[in-house]
Amino acid sequence: MRSETMRSQSMRSNSFRKFLYISPFMLLLAVFAYYPLYGWVYAFFDYTPPIPLSQSEFVGFKWFHSLVENQVKIDQLMQVIWNTFGISGLGILFSWLPMIFAIFLTEIKAVRFRKFIQTVTTLPNFISWVLVYSLAFSMFSSEGMVNGFLHMTGLTDSPTMFLQSSEHVWWTMWAWATWKTLGWSAILYIAAIMGIDESLYEAAYVDGATRMQVIRHVVLPSMMPTYFVLLMLQIASFLNNGLEQYFVFQNAFNKDTIQVLDLYVYNLAMGGGSYSVSVAISMLKSVISVVLLFSVNGLSKMLRGEGIV
Amino acid sequence: MSDNQTSLTPNTREIDITKKTVKMQVSATDKIISTIIYILFSLFAFICVYPFYSIIINTISANDLSAKGEIIFWPKGIHFQNYIDVFKIPGLGNAFMISLGRTVIGTLLTVGASAFLGFMFAQEDMWGKKFWYRFTIITMFFNAGIIPWYLTMRSLHLTDNFLAYILPSVVAPFFIILVKTFVEATPKELQQAASIDGAGIFTIFYKIILPISKPILATVAIFSAVNQWNSFQDTLLLVTDSKLYSLQFILYNYINQASSLSTMVNLQNAGSTAMATLATKQTSTSIRMTVTIIVVAPILLVYPIFQRFFVKGIIIGAVKG
Repeated sequence: MRSETMRSQSMRSNSFRKFLYISPFMLLLAVFAYYPLYGWVYAFFDYTPPIPLSQSEFVGFKWFHSLVENQVKIDQLMQVIWNTFGISGLGILFSWLPMIFAIFLTEIKAVRFRKFIQTVTTLPNFISWVLVYSLAFSMFSSEGMVNGFLHMTGLTDSPTMFLQSSEHVWWTMWAWATWKTLGWSAILYIAAIMGIDESLYEAAYVDGATRMQVIRHVVLPSMMPTYFVLLMLQIASFLNNGLEQYFVFQNAFNKDTIQVLDLYVYNLAMGGGSYSVSVAISMLKSVISVVLLFSVNGLSKMLRGEGIV
Repeated sequence: MSDNQTSLTPNTREIDITKKTVKMQVSATDKIISTIIYILFSLFAFICVYPFYSIIINTISANDLSAKGEIIFWPKGIHFQNYIDVFKIPGLGNAFMISLGRTVIGTLLTVGASAFLGFMFAQEDMWGKKFWYRFTIITMFFNAGIIPWYLTMRSLHLTDNFLAYILPSVVAPFFIILVKTFVEATPKELQQAASIDGAGIFTIFYKIILPISKPILATVAIFSAVNQWNSFQDTLLLVTDSKLYSLQFILYNYINQASSLSTMVNLQNAGSTAMATLATKQTSTSIRMTVTIIVVAPILLVYPIFQRFFVKGIIIGAVKG
């Protein structure tokens, strides 16, 4: 009896010691992931960079009001939100592409060819957006290869401004993102296809199903849970397009249609020095994102009986 | 690794089975569909590879031909002067060292921390384990935004500081999930046996978990190295000191101001060596492309070696999410 209490005591202290071992890492996390939340107070102060926050004036919700203060500002913000919705929307509209990619890739029976395709198409995922932009610039700028080629073959006289046009920006941004991530995103679906019970295939073939029928009645239904989870995650991060892609592709000509929320926040603060307004928008964005995540999680629980987070 | 093991689908096996039992119906539509699949995949593969290929052949071709857009499929007038000249640009060597340094140090720390934390979160008894695990994972879905982040980093004096490249990425939730999933799938007896033999937690980690976790740690290492090498946003936000510029940042600047650089390089060359011929004379395009290749080369070199490896790694991690 006594030895048992001693054992449980030593186990308890042991379990606390285990926490102590990870505590430095938890501290790092607290500093770099949680402490920045404190930065939200800047949204409630009249903060201009050289003057420290302690000497700045508390202004309450002034900056939040200022976002919708006059028609010009409303229009600007609406355009940014519209862009965010447009670009994210295109992504969600075509979110089935990686699934189809994976299904047809696994249909290829020539092993070498299939491996080659998989290797080559995942490569773009591993380069940075700066490099993507550099490739895009080399190919599509006014003195790039595509224009050189068009000129050489006599198809056009004057160079086409692919990168400096405000038209089709959402589509070109979608196209670059797809180019970069399609092969990589397919990997999760390939993993799911590997997990399909072989007897399902056998049964289908014995019943005389053609390949397309097998895909439709065996493969596709097995993919749906994976697709659903990924779609939910994509919807949850609807507002978070990220900064880098749009930052590198932005220029004076496409600014109006390329500015998504993340880029807008950056441009306001780093370009215009309006920290407080930027933080206010950041803050709204984060709050809406969390609400979205939990709604989608709740929806997932309701529909499928399990959450995604 | 034999071909059968790495084959991505069970299809090849199934076809064999069906051949034995029933004759598989290969209809005309099936054939047409197969052909379309092959063509579409080949086309997409071409689109994925061609940009890299075309830039490489352009950097080693005569610069005047390249400027006219005449280098499409084969290099013409091969020379390597572009690379020699570009390495003379002041600041580029330093940026290379910065990128290399953050990649090596950052990767070592991230892999070490991910391995240890993944292992610790796989322990059954830890004070507040569930809480701390959630505390870690939630950060994947939630962040304060880039401006509060920037202000935090500034208040911690991490702007214009090399540590800013490394410290924030040490604890990486996604990698921790990967390692934890992996460790939980290993037999419990291994750890128990060692523990009965008197091994402490660090001995178990070092002597047992690290060696068996090699495949997943290699995956984490390559991801984290690629992240570090590719990172651009932190330099953009936090660094004004040109000594700390990363290669990605330099490349971005070059894309925007390469013409003035080419003038500089050409002036340098005119003074020191013989006059550059038209073929080796630097243009803004040649400089930009050459730097692009220098930045992308490490990834192109490492990628084919590790590709199969990390596809497996991500699949291991994906099984449980």
